[in-house]
Amino acid sequence: MRVAAIFGLILAWGATAFAAEGSRGTLLLASTTSAENSGLLAHLLPRFEAASGIRVKVVAVGTGQALKLGERGDADLLLLHDPPNEAAFLARGFGLERREVMANDFVLVGPRADPAGIRGGRDAVAALAAIAARKAPFLSRGDESGTHALERALWRRAGIDPTRAGGWYRETGSGMGATLNTAAGLAAYTLADRASWVTFRNRRDLEILVEGDPALLNVYSLVLVSPIRHPHVRIAEARAFADWLGGPEGQAAIAAFAIDGRPLFRPIARPPGGS
Amino acid sequence: MGEIGEAAATALRLLRSADPELFAIVALSLEVSLTATGLAAAIGLPLGALLAVARFPGRGALVLLVDAGLGLPPVVVGLLVYLLLSRAGPLGELGLLFTPTAMVIAQTILVTPIVAALARRAVADLLEDYHEHLTSLGLRPLAAVPVLLFDARYRLATACLAGFGRAAAEVGAILIVGGNIRDHTRTMTTAIALETSKGALEQALALGFVLILVVLAVNLAAAGLSTMARRIEG
Amino acid sequence: MIGRLTAARAEPGPLLPLEVEGLVVEAGGRRLLDGLSFTLRPQRCTVILGPNGAGKSLLLRVLHGLVPPDRGVLRWAEPDPDRRRLGQAFVFQKPVLLRRSVCGDLAVALAARDVPRRERRARIAEAVALAGLEGFERRAARSLSGGEQQRLALARAWALRPQLLFLDEPTASLDPAATRMVEAIVRDLAARGVTIVMSTHDLGQARRLAEEVLFLYGGRLVEAGDAGTFFAHPASVAARAFLEGELLA
Repeated sequence: MRVAAIFGLILAWGATAFAAEGSRGTLLLASTTSAENSGLLAHLLPRFEAASGIRVKVVAVGTGQALKLGERGDADLLLLHDPPNEAAFLARGFGLERREVMANDFVLVGPRADPAGIRGGRDAVAALAAIAARKAPFLSRGDESGTHALERALWRRAGIDPTRAGGWYRETGSGMGATLNTAAGLAAYTLADRASWVTFRNRRDLEILVEGDPALLNVYSLVLVSPIRHPHVRIAEARAFADWLGGPEGQAAIAAFAIDGRPLFRPIARPPGGS
Repeated sequence: MGEIGEAAATALRLLRSADPELFAIVALSLEVSLTATGLAAAIGLPLGALLAVARFPGRGALVLLVDAGLGLPPVVVGLLVYLLLSRAGPLGELGLLFTPTAMVIAQTILVTPIVAALARRAVADLLEDYHEHLTSLGLRPLAAVPVLLFDARYRLATACLAGFGRAAAEVGAILIVGGNIRDHTRTMTTAIALETSKGALEQALALGFVLILVVLAVNLAAAGLSTMARRIEG
Repeated sequence: MIGRLTAARAEPGPLLPLEVEGLVVEAGGRRLLDGLSFTLRPQRCTVILGPNGAGKSLLLRVLHGLVPPDRGVLRWAEPDPDRRRLGQAFVFQKPVLLRRSVCGDLAVALAARDVPRRERRARIAEAVALAGLEGFERRAARSLSGGEQQRLALARAWALRPQLLFLDEPTASLDPAATRMVEAIVRDLAARGVTIVMSTHDLGQARRLAEEVLFLYGGRLVEAGDAGTFFAHPASVAARAFLEGELLA
């Protein structure tokens, strides 16, 4: 009898201790890791929450996983940087709309010794070709993230299929941070988004070798998950955040976010009505 | 060695600064892991005892399943719970994904086999010792379960502590079902994973030291309680 | 909690006499007990005597129902096996004590036998006194010395108020002083009307306690009968050799 009572008590406590908080006024944002790990969201969200009273909960994952969360209705809003896959997501009816909100660029980083001799170049495709030619170690995210998608596009443009090229090309299957940690350990080249790179603190021998190629443009967009597919989605809150971030206040907050005095993201939202 | 020393210093600084965010993270870690351990004990102890004393068809398979559960990969458990709790999943209506409750569920699944398997062994060993005496008294094994559970109490406490250790150290499952949401589902281990991904290895290791201290404190508290219990028992 | 899980039982009628006929226990093709026939009479102290490996412990376990016989008949005066168990208790060579206090250990045994709650306290006090363990009530049972543990096991058996008490080499691992104390308790219990069946390979002990003797050798019952007759005029070669210390005890 006593055992049953204790069992019941524990069950009851387990069930109620963490009863889901009221869903009104909260919003679940699945964000690409760079926006969260760089501290940008920590900079933006208090401002939005103060202005709107809406609490934003952020799950930081790769773009591929964020799209999956949206597809299954587990997030209300997505912050991504993979335009082709975002378009596909909308085309399949999972997204309601997409708004480009900010941009920066990708950089090609590698060991200071630079065995492929790509330092100072401005042509990412040529740099990859040089890495392939020298069979210098290159690490790919290999995780269907936005960064991974762009990297594959660059290899395609170089006419190289690195996955068949041999041991110098390796997929970490991990996030940006884990991949940079591995690259630092192996003295390998890798492609990184600038926000993750600037805020990454375990660089060891790694440095930026190629940047400034227009092909390395990195556009971040908000995608609203469609309430038609998933009626429980908090569309009003999601739209409120998208409006705020795309509006003057949000855009100014993006511009004001800087690390070591240098802005990390460029606001690019078109003015309201401009679409 | 330098980096590890730095990390230890950072850990001390973090603790001294009484950073409210750190304490919230520690509190959530303890809350989730202890609740999961409590639930796992409520299920695993009777289950383990039952497997030790009862003979029924399918018992061998169940024992094997529980023992194999010791090696359950957290990520797989996380994925399974995610698919269950996801809006598109069978329990999606509950809206539990990315909440501490989801983390408790995942960890309970991870910890229950540990508690059950260790409890089964503890009770089976004890039963070997007691068997003839209990039979002589006319107690059938099933009726003897309360006696066996009480008499195996110290080994069962160790089983629960092992389960708690697994829960507290686990990151794969709660990262998937909790989402590592700041101020909501961020625990010691997911915070460590996050700092590592930022390349902030020193900060990550410092948090790791804090985690070790917390687990140590829980074990110390358990040891203290056990000593007290022995003294009362006389 | 424990009591409620077991069926309610009525008091057993007289268990004895017990007639054993053609009792056989086999294991791995060997006959461990080979065609034993004898009668156990009430109110007597029967000692099962014989060298190591004769089958003494096994015989006790079969009589107590812990080991089922392969062949043979046990005819008890009380036909119901559950009631029969209520009338018996067993003390093992290495006492089985619970991981609890002295009182806790006794309480479990009483609860298992459905002794009413209000009666337990008195029985526990009585058992503690019989074992000479006053002041040790709260001590962990397993922290007692070997002699104290065996006394507690005996007192626990007594607390169950058995008609028939089995003792398996109760003093095998005890020093002479502890042995004397245990023997005193056994005599005390016999004086209270408990039928005692015990095994021993200690000849001195057998002479001191036995009223009846069952002499086992190699799984066979070689001699059975009055203790005085057995010690004075052993009929078999094996028994004579055993009494003269020529068989390894």
